Amino acid sequence: MTHMHSAIYEIRFHGRGGQGVVSAAAVLALAVFENGYETQAFPKFGSERRGAPVEAYVRIAQRPIRTHTQIYTPDVVIIQDATLMHCASVFDGLKPGGNIILNSAGTIKTQLLNHEAYQCLTIAANDIAQKHLSRPLPNMVLLGAFAAISDYASINTLKTAIAGHLQSKGKKIVQSNVDAMMEGYETAINGIGT
Amino acid sequence: MRKLLEGSRAVAEAVRLCEPQVIAAYPITPQTHIIEHLAQFVADAELHAEFINAESEFGAISIVQGAVAAGSRAFTASASQGLLLMTEVLFNIAGMRLPVVMVCANRAVSAPINIFCDHQDSMSVRDAGWIQLYVETNQEAMDSIVQAYYIAEHCELPVMLCMDGFLLTHTFEPVELLDQDTVKSYLPTFTFNRMLSPDQPHTLGAGSEPENYLEYRYAQHQAMDKSATIVTAAGDKFAAAFGRSYGLLDCYFSQDVETVFVTLGSAMGVVRDVVDTLRAQGESVGAVRLRCFRPFPAEALLAKLEKSCRVIVLEKAFSCGASGIVATELRAALQLAGVSLLVHGYICGLGGRDLTCKVVENIYQQSLAGPIAQRHGFAGINVTSSEGGG
Amino acid sequence: MDRRDRFRHNILTSGHSACSGCGEAMASRMVTDLIGPDAIYIGATGCLQVFSSHNQRSAWQAPWMHSVFSNAAAVAAGVEASLQARGKKIPVVVQAGDGGTFDIGLQCLSGMIERGHNVLFVCYDNEAYMNTGVQRSGSTPHAVRTSTSPPGRVSEGKHHVKKDLISIIAAHHMPYAATATVAYFPDLKAKVEKALSIDGPKFLQILSPCPLGWNHDAALSVQVSRLAVETGLFPLVELEHGEVSRVMRLSTQKPVEDYLKLQGRFLHLFNDKQGKTQIRHIQALADTRIRRYGLLDADTNWTSASASIVQRGGRGTYLPVVPAGMSDHNAKAQG
Repeated sequence: MTHMHSAIYEIRFHGRGGQGVVSAAAVLALAVFENGYETQAFPKFGSERRGAPVEAYVRIAQRPIRTHTQIYTPDVVIIQDATLMHCASVFDGLKPGGNIILNSAGTIKTQLLNHEAYQCLTIAANDIAQKHLSRPLPNMVLLGAFAAISDYASINTLKTAIAGHLQSKGKKIVQSNVDAMMEGYETAINGIGT
Repeated sequence: MRKLLEGSRAVAEAVRLCEPQVIAAYPITPQTHIIEHLAQFVADAELHAEFINAESEFGAISIVQGAVAAGSRAFTASASQGLLLMTEVLFNIAGMRLPVVMVCANRAVSAPINIFCDHQDSMSVRDAGWIQLYVETNQEAMDSIVQAYYIAEHCELPVMLCMDGFLLTHTFEPVELLDQDTVKSYLPTFTFNRMLSPDQPHTLGAGSEPENYLEYRYAQHQAMDKSATIVTAAGDKFAAAFGRSYGLLDCYFSQDVETVFVTLGSAMGVVRDVVDTLRAQGESVGAVRLRCFRPFPAEALLAKLEKSCRVIVLEKAFSCGASGIVATELRAALQLAGVSLLVHGYICGLGGRDLTCKVVENIYQQSLAGPIAQRHGFAGINVTSSEGGG
Repeated sequence: MDRRDRFRHNILTSGHSACSGCGEAMASRMVTDLIGPDAIYIGATGCLQVFSSHNQRSAWQAPWMHSVFSNAAAVAAGVEASLQARGKKIPVVVQAGDGGTFDIGLQCLSGMIERGHNVLFVCYDNEAYMNTGVQRSGSTPHAVRTSTSPPGRVSEGKHHVKKDLISIIAAHHMPYAATATVAYFPDLKAKVEKALSIDGPKFLQILSPCPLGWNHDAALSVQVSRLAVETGLFPLVELEHGEVSRVMRLSTQKPVEDYLKLQGRFLHLFNDKQGKTQIRHIQALADTRIRRYGLLDADTNWTSASASIVQRGGRGTYLPVVPAGMSDHNAKAQG
């Protein structure tokens, strides 16, 4: 039975507790919403521990989203921690031709991809984050990279979203996260990642 | 103004606008974000309330009992184990007819310990005498907080607002914000004419004897039955003020169809998607969401269902050793009214097990084939892992 | 002993999912390895229970049961009663966090002590409800940032002072109650062994830093624990039948700022004048505790300095090194 609502674009984030995975999903949803889309963001909760694998999800659509089920066939997978590729099934259900954004200084090993025709973007997000945030917190960098490959969120709506979501942390932190996001975008646009 | 908000944040905003004077809280996943937002509002003087970190949920609900009895609008929230720990006081509050409002962030109960969504917690206290509303979206959660205070204060009955843990509390969704002035005009200042005050001393919670206990309980039961009218009135008044209407039920293409899904909470979203898919294929199917579970809206439900052939109940709790709770109550109501209608009861989504379109579609196909062999089905059960104890 | 390890029982074995640097995991490993596998452990709801037993797995190499949040002491009392009835001598040990001890757990704990059950109740005190996301507990020190005691326009963090639980427990006039922390293992060891030698209710409150909730570097847990003691904020004391019987003397008193500045949960106090006032309050609290227990002038050779110098014994054990000419603390402790 074909699903009538395949007009919903789905993104899945993978990371570890402490890497801002849930924030990433929230900020992306805020940016997408800012852009006039209907959207939904939610975490997959495990136990709340630093270092434990965490997933978060975003749905994007033109019409209001009614479902609250988990995401099984994402269009995009964003991997904030490359070590997860060895212990979690991060590519499960990724639609053929789907996008992968991987936080890595190296390139993605083709044998991990099960020979599907995925579009891969790797970006050394930890290094970029270190520069702007003095810690390897890659989430906003990866959102910048997402903006480079998609129309749903633009750098401007991401800027607004970051400012809104991190408002309580002060102007300096907002700016440095915006800078990290921008460099993620520039890097991806310039195709320095493979 | 439309904003993307986490469900917990939306609820906290609505509570803030209702201006409770006392908030008592004890943390339990997945309610924590609600009380954390309220704590920050108070810390920033955006809400002027006594924010009390209680020593347990039993303490929290007791504090709320005291606050309301003394004449203040109050708020608390809990879930799962915490809600069960409150049980004695829930009965007490209802028996004293105190207008308390609380949120239950629906979560499964131990053992085995599980932090994810199902309705066993609130369903397990359905006899306590609280009005229970189950919401589908974050918008409805926000809107229903305001209505809950209206209903509680008009009926002098406590109201439990049930929202799916994680599925709603931790999900960011667009919501239309409420404005303070409209809330103020919808919800009058709280007055409680039996409040504890030296000016007019009342005794609350005196003892009773076999000669009169029955009459008190009957009066409470009558009040509960009558409250259905207030729930509807509160929804109509909300529609007039804010433009969004609510009632006892929420219907989706349920008029004169062969098969009707009946469900509660956010699962209705998936059911709507499945109904659309099936109807596009020519199936005669619709859905009714039970927004108000207590009082049980038998009349309203029967009016929606009596022209149909079969009902499929999808519920997230069951009475161990008996059957699905909603299905059982529905069957009883149908039988009392002499309506002959096949009810397929399915227990789904326990402990956060995802209820997907595929599962719902399979259930629909099964129901067309005839009645299920047992009293009820457990949707999507993995038989091998069901052996052994918890 | 753990089959794979010649030196340790590893009662709490590897594979659990605690955060790195978790003070509670450290403390629990210390305590349970000292007690061993021939005991029955009751776990209250909390971090330790969750990270050691989630999703159908268990890291416990000894009998272990999850009670619920409030009733670990009562459940343990039931286990102990059963063992009594059947003439079995097995230690019954509760492991709870500060939530399950100071607040929701206090009723059952008091009942267990008052009735004199032979149960060792261990509280791993990380000063907030960490498992559910860092909400304040009765154990949270005042002025601390938690998610339910956030600093804001009209708030400096938690309003109220840390509950003096050890005094409440000791007021039951029970055989043994003591405080300990992960930075002083020989001291903790002596206290666990002392507790196990007693028949009746005994209580240990072990300060367990939480890198996530206290917001400090995961590598600094032991250092933070040491500073809590050296500032006088967390006195290491023993109380028997309601009276203070022994304290650990502070060789030096460190200023509270040395402790506070390492932790993000106190960061807001360094921003403004009101914050500075709170820091002075905290210093005054530390000074009061030092005076109360005589931490600077107690007549003992067991000090924060000597307790830090240890010598490896056999089979993974540690021995304190006592200055020449002074009697051994362990002999004193068991005396």
